[in-house]
Amino acid sequence: MTWPHWIIVPVVLPLLCGAALLLLERLRPALAAPLSVAATAAHLLVAIGLAAQAADGTVRAYLLGNWSAPFGIALALDRLSALLLVLTGVVALAAVTYAVAGEGRSRVDRLGPHFHALFQFQLMGLSGAFLTADLFNLFVFFEVLLIASYGLLLHGAGAARLRAAIHYVSFNLTGSALFLIAVSALYGITGTLNMADLAQRVAQLPPDSALLARSAGLLLLVVFCVKAALLPLYFWLPATYGAATAPVAALFAIMTKVGVYAVARMYTLVFGADGGPGAHLAQPWLPVLALGTIALAAIGAMAARDLRGLIGYLVIGSAGTLLLALGLGSRETVAAALFYLVNSTLVVAALYLLADRIGAQRGAHGDALAPGPFGPERSLLGAAYLLAAIAVCGLPPLAGFLGKALLLAAARDTGYAAWVWVVVLGSGLAIIISLARAGSRIFWKPYQPPAPTAAMATSSVQAVALGGLFVALLANTALAGPLARFTGAAAQQLLERRPYIDAVLGARPVPPAMPIREVLGGKPGKDRP
Amino acid sequence: MTIELLLSAGLGVVTAAGVWLLLRARVFDVIVGLTLLSYAVNVFIFLTGRLRIGRPPIVDDRLAPTLANYADPLPQALVLTAIVISFAMTALILVIALRANAETGSDHVDGAEPGGAGEQGRQR
Amino acid sequence: MQAALLLPVLALLPFAGSLLVLTSPNAQRMRAVSLAAAVAVAATALVLAAAPAVFVGEVVRWRIDWMPQLGLAFGFRMDGLAWLFALLISGIGMLIVLYAAYYLDADEPAARFFGFLLLFMGAMLGIVLADNLLLLVVFWELTSISSFLLIGYWSHAADARQGARMALTITGAGGLALLGGVLLLGEIVGSYDLETVLASGDLIRAHPLYPWALALVLAGAFTKSAQFPFHFWLPHAMAAPTPVSAYLHSATMVKAGVFLLARMYPALGGTDLWFWTVAPVGLATLLVGAYIAIFQHDLKGLLAYSTISHLGLITLLFGIDTRLAVVAGVFHILNHATFKASLFMAAGIIDHEAGTRDMRRLGGLWKAMPITAVLGMVAAAAMAGVPLLNGFLSKEMFFTEAVGGRGNAVMDVLLPLGAVVAGVFSVAYSARFIHDVFFNGEPKGLPKTPHEPPRFMRLPVEVLVVLCVLVGLFPALIVGPLLAVGAQAALFGGPYAPLPAYKLAVWHGFNLPLAMSVVATVGGVLLYFALQRRVNLHELVKLPGWILSGGREAFHLFTELKLGTARLITGTLENGSLQRYLFLLVAVALLAGLAPQFGGDGAPAATPAGTPLNFSVLAVWLIGVAAAVGTTLAHRQRLLALLLLGAVGLVVSLTFVYFSAPDLALTQLLVEMVTIILMMLALHWLPAESPPEPGRARQARDLLLSLGAGAGVAALSYALLSSGFDSISPYFLRTSVAEGGGANVVNVILVDYRGYDTMGEITVLGIAGVVIYALLAGFVPAARPRPPSSEPRSRFLPLIARLLLPLAALVSIFLFLRGHNEPGGGFIAGLVLALALILQYVANGRQWVEQRLRTDFRVWIGAGLLIAGGAGIGSWFVGAPFLTSTYAYWSLPVLGAVPLASAVLFDLGVYLTVVGATMIALVSIGRVSAAGEAGR
Repeated sequence: MTWPHWIIVPVVLPLLCGAALLLLERLRPALAAPLSVAATAAHLLVAIGLAAQAADGTVRAYLLGNWSAPFGIALALDRLSALLLVLTGVVALAAVTYAVAGEGRSRVDRLGPHFHALFQFQLMGLSGAFLTADLFNLFVFFEVLLIASYGLLLHGAGAARLRAAIHYVSFNLTGSALFLIAVSALYGITGTLNMADLAQRVAQLPPDSALLARSAGLLLLVVFCVKAALLPLYFWLPATYGAATAPVAALFAIMTKVGVYAVARMYTLVFGADGGPGAHLAQPWLPVLALGTIALAAIGAMAARDLRGLIGYLVIGSAGTLLLALGLGSRETVAAALFYLVNSTLVVAALYLLADRIGAQRGAHGDALAPGPFGPERSLLGAAYLLAAIAVCGLPPLAGFLGKALLLAAARDTGYAAWVWVVVLGSGLAIIISLARAGSRIFWKPYQPPAPTAAMATSSVQAVALGGLFVALLANTALAGPLARFTGAAAQQLLERRPYIDAVLGARPVPPAMPIREVLGGKPGKDRP
Repeated sequence: MTIELLLSAGLGVVTAAGVWLLLRARVFDVIVGLTLLSYAVNVFIFLTGRLRIGRPPIVDDRLAPTLANYADPLPQALVLTAIVISFAMTALILVIALRANAETGSDHVDGAEPGGAGEQGRQR
Repeated sequence: MQAALLLPVLALLPFAGSLLVLTSPNAQRMRAVSLAAAVAVAATALVLAAAPAVFVGEVVRWRIDWMPQLGLAFGFRMDGLAWLFALLISGIGMLIVLYAAYYLDADEPAARFFGFLLLFMGAMLGIVLADNLLLLVVFWELTSISSFLLIGYWSHAADARQGARMALTITGAGGLALLGGVLLLGEIVGSYDLETVLASGDLIRAHPLYPWALALVLAGAFTKSAQFPFHFWLPHAMAAPTPVSAYLHSATMVKAGVFLLARMYPALGGTDLWFWTVAPVGLATLLVGAYIAIFQHDLKGLLAYSTISHLGLITLLFGIDTRLAVVAGVFHILNHATFKASLFMAAGIIDHEAGTRDMRRLGGLWKAMPITAVLGMVAAAAMAGVPLLNGFLSKEMFFTEAVGGRGNAVMDVLLPLGAVVAGVFSVAYSARFIHDVFFNGEPKGLPKTPHEPPRFMRLPVEVLVVLCVLVGLFPALIVGPLLAVGAQAALFGGPYAPLPAYKLAVWHGFNLPLAMSVVATVGGVLLYFALQRRVNLHELVKLPGWILSGGREAFHLFTELKLGTARLITGTLENGSLQRYLFLLVAVALLAGLAPQFGGDGAPAATPAGTPLNFSVLAVWLIGVAAAVGTTLAHRQRLLALLLLGAVGLVVSLTFVYFSAPDLALTQLLVEMVTIILMMLALHWLPAESPPEPGRARQARDLLLSLGAGAGVAALSYALLSSGFDSISPYFLRTSVAEGGGANVVNVILVDYRGYDTMGEITVLGIAGVVIYALLAGFVPAARPRPPSSEPRSRFLPLIARLLLPLAALVSIFLFLRGHNEPGGGFIAGLVLALALILQYVANGRQWVEQRLRTDFRVWIGAGLLIAGGAGIGSWFVGAPFLTSTYAYWSLPVLGAVPLASAVLFDLGVYLTVVGATMIALVSIGRVSAAGEAGR
């Protein structure tokens, strides 16, 4: 991995594949799916390679266009970005594998045109967002991943998806407008867009512009929390995710994490403890609202009428837990958050795919939380559901428990200890109850006739996709030690911002191998008519 | 009364108009609102470069390369990006509105006439 | 060493077995049974193998790290107490497997049953062997989960499902509390290592957090061992198959609670707080359980409540908090396990062979099944504490402790009194068990004709009953050493304290405890027969003093209310109304923007003298404002609203021109044209008017928020305009020509300095094109909402348009090429071409164009993105980062210097993508509208 350009590959690879797929899906439709899967697998491999690089603790910067920061756009790779890239890769691979599996109606990528192109573009947007060190560029890649997600959400059309899309799109477009206002305001105050540079300049602002900067910073927080689904901005989520096809919903498991990532980045680097007049901007809003989010998510889970709806609230709950841990802001809590992030993302993705299988087994009854007929896969899916439920509600022995325990232990030394314990443990119980109820109604409650007319069997490839996620979950549990070491180090790296700033602003343009400026000589300025 | 004040005020009015339409119950109105909002945002971005009259950022060797002699090019570049993106988004949501209207038989933002059929379809 | 290695094997063996069993088909009953049996036997053997080490007072340990960051180690530790429990779990487990093999019907899924059973066995062993408190919690919750599965085994039965969920809820909640308590202990001690914690009792008791830690740990213990008022889940768990009840609800799971008491006693015990929490709860449970048991008609119900009562007794013993009481507690754990397990199995046999467990129908069974009857009676006698049986000994010890006295007025009265009363009750229900089942006339209409069970189904009962007797006769010989090591470990004895002096014997001479036993026994028998005569238990439908059944009603109430409330709350928050969600979003944003301003003094910076106002700007913006307001007022007439919207856009682009942004002005103008055209085409197909909206209040509310938002943006913008800043921009002005190779800095920024942004931007555009295509491809509108506005086409327009096309193409190329130095560039050029093409559609109609223009614009997008991306990659080959531009100049007539920058290649990508996406949008919407007209 000595080649200097690996860091940009997670963005360029999906871009080119997406573009190629646009042509391929017209000329050689048969090749589209294999290419897409292969590209996603390659993306994961590259991400793992980058994680291996980042593990040594140095922040690597990459100057796009060979312009030194803050003038050009820089990418930065640290443990956190690497972690999220790998996570994205894993979820994406499972999702795309699932999408190309099955026949007829159950083969998702054939439900409409250009699934794979959109999927790759989505991947590009996610990777770009995790890697960039430039605030406006973050906006651009937010838009890339959003518009791709609109397309994926609408994949397969249908009234329900269109309804959901109208809410989702207009809500996010408003969010984007806010994003632009916040970013440009920050530019108007500090005169820069590069996050590292921003961090330095915000710290030295005179009081009156510092106030403006804080306003802009909070606006930004609102924008990120729209993505991360924080109270009171999460209401759109359950319906939206519920309307998407299973693999898309599974991929969306990473979408809320983009918001979480952005919060983690901006409110440690720029508005973190060392932010001078901009310091501790997210307190106390984040912890308080996150607590509310967790509580309401648990209530929502209890109220859910179908499995996908239930999972939607689990997504919100886990996002809330992450934002809570970030909001508490100590090294331990952030470490706990990053550890918890992995399990929560994987399990939600698995649950969405699982819900799809369950629905396929129950014919017309789908995934409604009511007794219904069940195909031959009852025991198998039941076991899978049990495993996923244990992982998602934080029961031992799976990593969900370890993550929550880590968070509770870390919260002991914060001002919010009592609140965190009551809310996190209480909501945990509520979720256990809801999941037990759901499972009992779907798998246990008898129904006549026992077998549905149209039970679609799980294809081996779908099983592989699901199984992969479960293997990842178990590995996450067994290797909790090493992972926690990595996330702990990532948290450390995140909170001490110096290395990041130095790496980004200190990066120098490379002297190109051959003279690339003015190959044919002549100053353009003079040649101008 | 300075130009700065006037522009800010105008900006405010366009924003207000945009937000008000954004909060209406019909998709088309929302789209118009979003467009107004994007106009306002574009001008806002542009203004963060401060005001220069008659000094486009096209380099002239006779002028020293400072912000005194040229309008700030960076926000202009940002606005161009923003314009393109909001254009793409507007086109997309228009088409979504079109399809939704066809599928649900309503151009209400919630995909169903209030109290009408499909109401419960909306309530998950 | 080898003794140490045996621990992980012992702990993990059942899980491995469970996995094997669960993966074997339910049909292969024998496979499941034999596997389970093998595991249970092996486990017992392993436990026994550890005996030598344990009995010489050695503590066997084994551990590996799991998650050091959490202080969680995967380690096991076996001392006397652990060994004693391990023996109970594996030994009784063994008997249960044998019993269940006969109990389960042939058609019931055996694999599932034995798989879950082994899972549970593993969890239990884990609890007693864990040497790390967090690990203990892990296994603790595993018992909750596996018992949930076991209780719900007969999932077709509603009470099984409900009982399972109730048990999970209560014990699960307890588990969470325990987790909290353990985390607090970790906070106090600084480690979760069992020995460290047990050794730091003084530190813990002195710590301010001690009460919290104690409360949470006890909450865990009490819920698990069904202590009042959490006891109600246990009777409901009786919906489980009887082997499960015999195993979980007599010998093991409920014992996990008292095990925790015993285990944590050295760390948490020995304070008044401990005494005043544990003892009263134990006493209450003891009495309530015993009392309710008398009135049960269901055999298992009686046993369940008696179990509750005996667990209360054990809890009370630990609560009494004397060293001897602890010994008695450990002893009674042993005894209760033996006789209660055998009683449950006997009950199961009766149920199995007689077809009912209802004591109102059973009776006189001693004729039908004499051997079972004897076994049952002996066990029941042990439960009642009849001399020469094991129950008697521990009860004696209990009485001794009860009268021991703590110098506290209340307790010194309550304890002995309670003890005797409870004794009376327990004798009473034992008497009822014996009398109602085996005597008391003839059976009344049983579904089956009762007879003795298969030989080996009875064997487990026999073994246990024999144990009861042997222990009863020769306590010192049989359990002496075992009790010694167990109790010693419970007291965390060994180095820390010698075992208190006690004598295991049937006869202690005439003393108060003996008297109490006599009173209890005689009183109990009298009470039972008195009840028989007077109230006739069989007629009793409602339990006298049912309120004592405690939390159950509360629980049901809770579960009923829960769902409704949850739905109410969620439904109110999420009414699925976008208008509300957007309102919230804008409101939150506004607050976020304002919040900091309240913080510091909102004193604005010294405003520099702004630019003086001039007429043109004023006029333009008056129009702009008017148009914006007009749009809102006219929004219901959509066409009109569109025109006004266009006016606003015009004002914006004029502003750009005036304030030195030619590129912006041009782009804004073109984009706006396309946008308006799109909207008009779409309007073809949407209602022409918005219906009026009800609700003045909402409109006022919205208006207020809008004005707020507007004011906010205005204020922010003005604050920026009237403050100075130090921008990075001069760098671009300095280096644009020399290094960027272009004089038009904005364009150079777009394609070079921030080319990466542009790449993302065109990707967005491209995706939009793709999605629009995907949405409208093959979409044919059913019918058109309103008649087509078929406007007569002029004859000149097509001509002009056709002439215009090549010209426009030229212009677009020109704009494209010169973009690097003058306003223009790929994007603007692309829009120009797109507009020219659109003009053809408008002028000549769709068919005319599509006949001549056979292209799929998706290809343009794909190609455009490939070229742009490729141009970026190109720089890798000269060793430069992505998107590094190389350029040369090439002098052409008319155009002058044409930059052959790789940036131009990139710009070409932009150009293609823009044309492609724009055309897709226009063409597909146009097609739909046309189809709409055609569809008429």
